[in-house]
Amino acid sequence: MLLEFTNKGIYCPQADVYIDPWRTVDKAIITHAHSDHARWGMKHYLCHEKSKAILHHRLGKEINVETKKYNEPFTINGVGFSLHPAGHVIGSSQIRVEHKGEVWVVSGDYKTECDGISDAFEPVKCNTFITECTFGLPIYNWHPQIDVFNEMIRWIKQNEADKINSVIFAYALGKAQRIIQNIYPYVEELYTHGAIENTNKILRESETNIAPTILINKESDLKKIKGKVIIAPPSAQDTPWLRKLEPYKTALASGWMTLRGARRRRNIDKGFVISDHADWNGLNSAIKNTGCETVIATHGYTEIFSKWLRQIGYRAIAEKTQYEGETADISNEIA
Amino acid sequence: MKQFVDLYKQLDETTSSNEKIALLKNYFLSASNDDSLWCIALFIGKRFKKPISSTQLKQWVAEKTNLPYWLVDECHHIAGDLGETIAHLAYTNNSEKNILKNLNEIIIEIASLKNKSDDDKKAFIKEYWNQLTKDEIFIFNKLISGSFRVGVSEKIIIKALSIAFKIQENEIAHKLMGNWNPFETNLNELLFSNQTENFSKPYPFYLAYALENELNNLGHTKDWQAEYKWDGIRGQIIFRNHEIFIWSRGEELITHQFPEFEHLKKHLPDGTVLDGEIVILKNNELLSFQHLQKRLGRKNVSKKTMEELPAAFIAYDILEHQSKDIRQLPLSERRNILENIIPSNNVLIHLSEKIHFSTWDELKEIQQKSRTKSAEGLMLKHRNSSYQVGRKKGDWWKWKINPYSIDAVLTYAMQGHGRRANLFTDYTFALWHNGELVTFTKAYSGLSDEEIKEVDAFVRKNTIEKFGPVRSVTPQLVFEIAFEGIAFSKRHKSGVALRFPRIARWRKDKSISEANTLDDLIKLISQHV
Ligand SMILES: [Zn+2]
Ligand SMILES: [Zn+2]
Repeated sequence: MLLEFTNKGIYCPQADVYIDPWRTVDKAIITHAHSDHARWGMKHYLCHEKSKAILHHRLGKEINVETKKYNEPFTINGVGFSLHPAGHVIGSSQIRVEHKGEVWVVSGDYKTECDGISDAFEPVKCNTFITECTFGLPIYNWHPQIDVFNEMIRWIKQNEADKINSVIFAYALGKAQRIIQNIYPYVEELYTHGAIENTNKILRESETNIAPTILINKESDLKKIKGKVIIAPPSAQDTPWLRKLEPYKTALASGWMTLRGARRRRNIDKGFVISDHADWNGLNSAIKNTGCETVIATHGYTEIFSKWLRQIGYRAIAEKTQYEGETADISNEIA
Repeated sequence: MKQFVDLYKQLDETTSSNEKIALLKNYFLSASNDDSLWCIALFIGKRFKKPISSTQLKQWVAEKTNLPYWLVDECHHIAGDLGETIAHLAYTNNSEKNILKNLNEIIIEIASLKNKSDDDKKAFIKEYWNQLTKDEIFIFNKLISGSFRVGVSEKIIIKALSIAFKIQENEIAHKLMGNWNPFETNLNELLFSNQTENFSKPYPFYLAYALENELNNLGHTKDWQAEYKWDGIRGQIIFRNHEIFIWSRGEELITHQFPEFEHLKKHLPDGTVLDGEIVILKNNELLSFQHLQKRLGRKNVSKKTMEELPAAFIAYDILEHQSKDIRQLPLSERRNILENIIPSNNVLIHLSEKIHFSTWDELKEIQQKSRTKSAEGLMLKHRNSSYQVGRKKGDWWKWKINPYSIDAVLTYAMQGHGRRANLFTDYTFALWHNGELVTFTKAYSGLSDEEIKEVDAFVRKNTIEKFGPVRSVTPQLVFEIAFEGIAFSKRHKSGVALRFPRIARWRKDKSISEANTLDDLIKLISQHV
């Protein structure tokens, strides 16, 4: 087998290299900088050039990182590799692996809709496709992001009129910047929590264009922050930091917001269904476009999704990984 | 329809009661009277006959979407709510959304499906699914499936109606009770007609909160009346215009389940409404709640059942006397009237005993022994209290005895529904018996959200086998299970049935070898009697 599922991660024996391993190994190819895919302790990391700065920020300055551009071929022990845009977050890559005419692709996390800041998902032909399926159920169907952002802006404007702050919870890498880029033309000032601002700063330093944002810190004049938009990580909910910004309404931007129960459970005023993962149709069309015969489902509703794929004619199995999001809990939608 | 869908969505998106009241008030003032009536009926939980089964709905949506039935079923299981699942599956964004009917029209159309063929029903449903938006499909499905739960309490509806139509809250509460049928009445009749026209209508029950303070804080013992809290069904007996009506606290008319109370016509004055507890009392012995349930389960009660399980009414209070509403009188005066009208030595009706006590310590002792009387604790009522509406603090308190408890081992877990879809929240527990773990009860709730997450993670990592939605797990976690009552039962594998089992706490300090045995549990039954 070109790639195997081992207790350390996805492994290529011929090249002696791991993809997104969760235990310490010598050589790791990293699909993207989310913490469940890029873990600490590898001797050597290889990733897309746009993931490098975040990787250093998360795992330390001293780690050894080599970078590649998209579609730039390289070989390890005679096995051919290349990275291709996954559309998930900035720098996220699918990993193409080729040996003796057989091609496998590891999707990492991906979405098929172009979000305006990550390079758009690119279908890659292969024999075996290792796909995520975080939202691998037909109830998950995203609306075009423009519709959701229009709804978000209407919500913000209503709060603005009521002089209430709009607090939007979003994951620090990816979702936060996607929201910022899509709403900044319609709001005067965008405030951020420290965790979001850190990521913004790193991305700006590595020449990614992120609209201007204002950090809320001890020096901020809180009286001026009335009817404004604040982007914060989900962990900021129910903290003293947030309470100082009252009155406010809260929103969470996540694919899990599809279900009313999930929103209620989080005690959030408003849910916006925006995900950096593919929805049901996205997963199905991505698989179709690879032209593959075999699918290995990881990361999500793997059993149900692979059963479905078998029913429509693929060879499909489910594999266990330690990528999060499998608990289907919003707080874990790191992915 | 759109206006109602918007209302639902806005209610769903706020946690503030005041905001909910304002939204409802605006709806009542701007929607048509017919739609307002339906809104009230749906939100206070009036149930209607389902014209279509859940299985049919799932089959038709599978057909519409070209998905296999098992996949629709999996989605339903994970999302928890069928109406919501189908809304996500059935919605297509390429069709024209042009149904402009109002809520009343759609409900009448749905009701008329009852006598149609399955093909006609399917065509009707699919037509709507094609033409509605996702939010509308959700509400439409809810109208079909007959259950409508939103985070809106009856209290909120009453407040909103009171503000919108300038009617006193307790008057509205009274009007909403009873078995009015939205197909047969209209908003004016419901809210503005003279209430005496409907002789069967009960008063809203006055409910007590659990005692939260030290007894001494209640003040003088002589200001308080103490009674036993019986483990039956709280009910109202209404005797007006030569007719007897029995209502349960769940606002259900249960006159026919208890035909023996017809005889009360001979023993009570006309124009009387009593509040009390319906119990099974045989040869002066109060039988457990299970026996009462057997009576409730039957549509027609035979003579034999009445002999085997004779019902009686323990009267707590009088709300109407000589056809006059006397709820505003102080309890001491109502009690005097009650004592005068309840016949003595009657098997059907008994006066709730007033407990004599002079110090709080004395009462505490009585309370702790109340299980020997088959009571579940005491009620404390201020002698000056009026008979109020709904659950109120201050004048009435319930003071239950501590429940039974036992330490048991988690053996199975199932995913929750609705708010807790995707989390393992429903658990099954076992006790030791001859060196094996024997399943004896299910129990829900009682854990914090944090703990639920922790158990959920445990279940996922320690699954032994999957049986559909249920997983058996490695026996490792011990929980204290509290319950209110216990009885032998042939239907249960363990031979016992519990009443109101719930998780009292997670015993992280205990290993499974320290869990209780089935014998420990059975010993509790002998203490019960
Ligand atoms: Zn990710
Ligand atoms: Zn992931």
